Amino acid sequence: MKDSKDSYVTEDGRTIGPPMLEMKNISLRFGGVTAIKDITFDIREGEIRAIIGPNGAGKSSMLNVINGFYHPQEGEIFFHGEKRKPMKPYQIAHQGIARTFQNIALFKGMSTLDNIMTGRLTHMKTNLFWQAIWKGPAEREEVENREVVEKVIDFLEIQAIRKTPVGALPYGLQKRVELGRALAAQPKLLLLDEPMAGMNVEEKEDMSRFILDVNDEFGTTIALIEHDMGVVMDISDRVVVMDYGAKIGDGTPDEVRNDQAVIDAYLGVAND
Amino acid sequence: MLDQFLYGIEAAMNGLMTGIMYSLVALGFVLIFKASGVFNYAQGVMALFGAMTLVSIQKGQIPFYHLINATFGTDIKYFGWEVPALLAILLTVCVMILFAWLVERLLLKFLINQDPVILFMATIGLAYFMEGFGDLMWGSDLKVIDMAMPALGIPGLPQGGSLFIENATSGLGTDRFFGFFIDKLDITAAIIATMLVVVLTVFSQYSKTGRALRAVADDHQAAMSVGISLRTIWVIVWSIAGVVALVAGIMWGAKSGVQFSLSLITLKALPVLMLGGFTSIPGAIIGGMIIGVGEKVFEFIVSSSWFGDAMGFTMNATENWFAYVLALIFLVFRPQGLFGEKIIERV
Repeated sequence: MKDSKDSYVTEDGRTIGPPMLEMKNISLRFGGVTAIKDITFDIREGEIRAIIGPNGAGKSSMLNVINGFYHPQEGEIFFHGEKRKPMKPYQIAHQGIARTFQNIALFKGMSTLDNIMTGRLTHMKTNLFWQAIWKGPAEREEVENREVVEKVIDFLEIQAIRKTPVGALPYGLQKRVELGRALAAQPKLLLLDEPMAGMNVEEKEDMSRFILDVNDEFGTTIALIEHDMGVVMDISDRVVVMDYGAKIGDGTPDEVRNDQAVIDAYLGVAND
Repeated sequence: MLDQFLYGIEAAMNGLMTGIMYSLVALGFVLIFKASGVFNYAQGVMALFGAMTLVSIQKGQIPFYHLINATFGTDIKYFGWEVPALLAILLTVCVMILFAWLVERLLLKFLINQDPVILFMATIGLAYFMEGFGDLMWGSDLKVIDMAMPALGIPGLPQGGSLFIENATSGLGTDRFFGFFIDKLDITAAIIATMLVVVLTVFSQYSKTGRALRAVADDHQAAMSVGISLRTIWVIVWSIAGVVALVAGIMWGAKSGVQFSLSLITLKALPVLMLGGFTSIPGAIIGGMIIGVGEKVFEFIVSSSWFGDAMGFTMNATENWFAYVLALIFLVFRPQGLFGEKIIERV
């Protein structure tokens, strides 16, 4: 069922559509180092797809390939069934792919509100001329986009810090603002690089709830990298497992959990 | 003593005006430094190039006339028409934008993700190239700025002291005081610089592109991920810096004529930046004012007769070094400047 191109309905009643993003035989090398070795997998519309693996397995490189920071030497990427040409990250952002970073990459000197407003840049079209005049289209556009941002702020429950420069916020809140910036773009595909790294249990629960709500309420497709196995198994529909740049497992959390290759990679293999 | 005090105030006021002229140059540096982390050594040459282009366009000078004459044995220099000041300014702005675009295309594009020092070296190269290129294009003769706009009823940039202020303040308190002497050009420059800063600040705070500019200044990677094209932003920033350089070039050029030494105002902007911080626009303004006022007042004090009576010696021409000494002191005690972002390394 899950391998076909057709839609299906999950146990909890969400509809998972056909593949949105297909990665085919992707290889990425830095000089002599191979970061990704011939990996094929897909991300379906409406699902939460996790990428797991030990440190240095090439997970972040994979997100960087999807997001256009890296260009793979081999392989093809299909987005909504169409082959994607090599593109710049900002062009990919305009296609509807937003992301967060492992080490928070916020605009530290700017307020929470301004940070999240930058997420709306792909939706703002007025040219420099109107911006300089300010009245008319530029002002109208600003107001419209500000409304979207206010909704995101409400959704993430960060009303209290909207005017605070983000550099002054605690780590957990910064992560939330970064998620807000990505959400403000109303992306089709949301990439989360370790959204819960360095968080305490309570913060992790909040973040899991936000991720599930985003998926549920807006139908946003999510691909995430996470080390906390409990969280991954709880929230994701399907899991890709990577080790040393290669794919060693792919399937539902249950399938992956019982896969011998995956268990070996995580626990080590006795050489006898 | 009262007259001495009033002359001291006059020195401070003149310093304030000169300081704003320094800020005008420093502003261009801050804009580029914030957006791309590059210390643009070519900023001063950009001011020179802008002013040269403006004057030459106004006079209808043929670009590369030296080269043309040398190659074809002709003897031409002017097209034979004069371009009105306002139109010439617009054309020069277009040239500066074209220049920004070329810098991005031919230079910055190849240096993405390089160390700041490599970019800095590139701008030194750029500065020398532009210096020669400007000479080749417009000739190296001294040019005089004439901003007369008859259509708007502007006779040109004002020169000389303001009689109005001088007369109004003459005889103030004591008969031995003859009024404040303030250069009209300095006043004009101060007003224009203030307007420029207000416009730039409002633009960067409240517009979409301004927000993108600040975003790029903070984090290149994150900026790209939200859909900002770094290269477009760099063209915009260098264009704005080019226009600011043009304004500085006009003002300084009106003071001292448009010639090579105009490019050396870069060196005057350095202490301003060290005081104000490389990353702060208000810092550039206030840094400029402090240096302007500081050097004029210091000069006034140490060269006065009562200082000589008290100390047994007087000093002259302190303006040449005062700014740099002040900058050195700041480098020792507050390297990030008055308004710069404090550099904290987390471990």
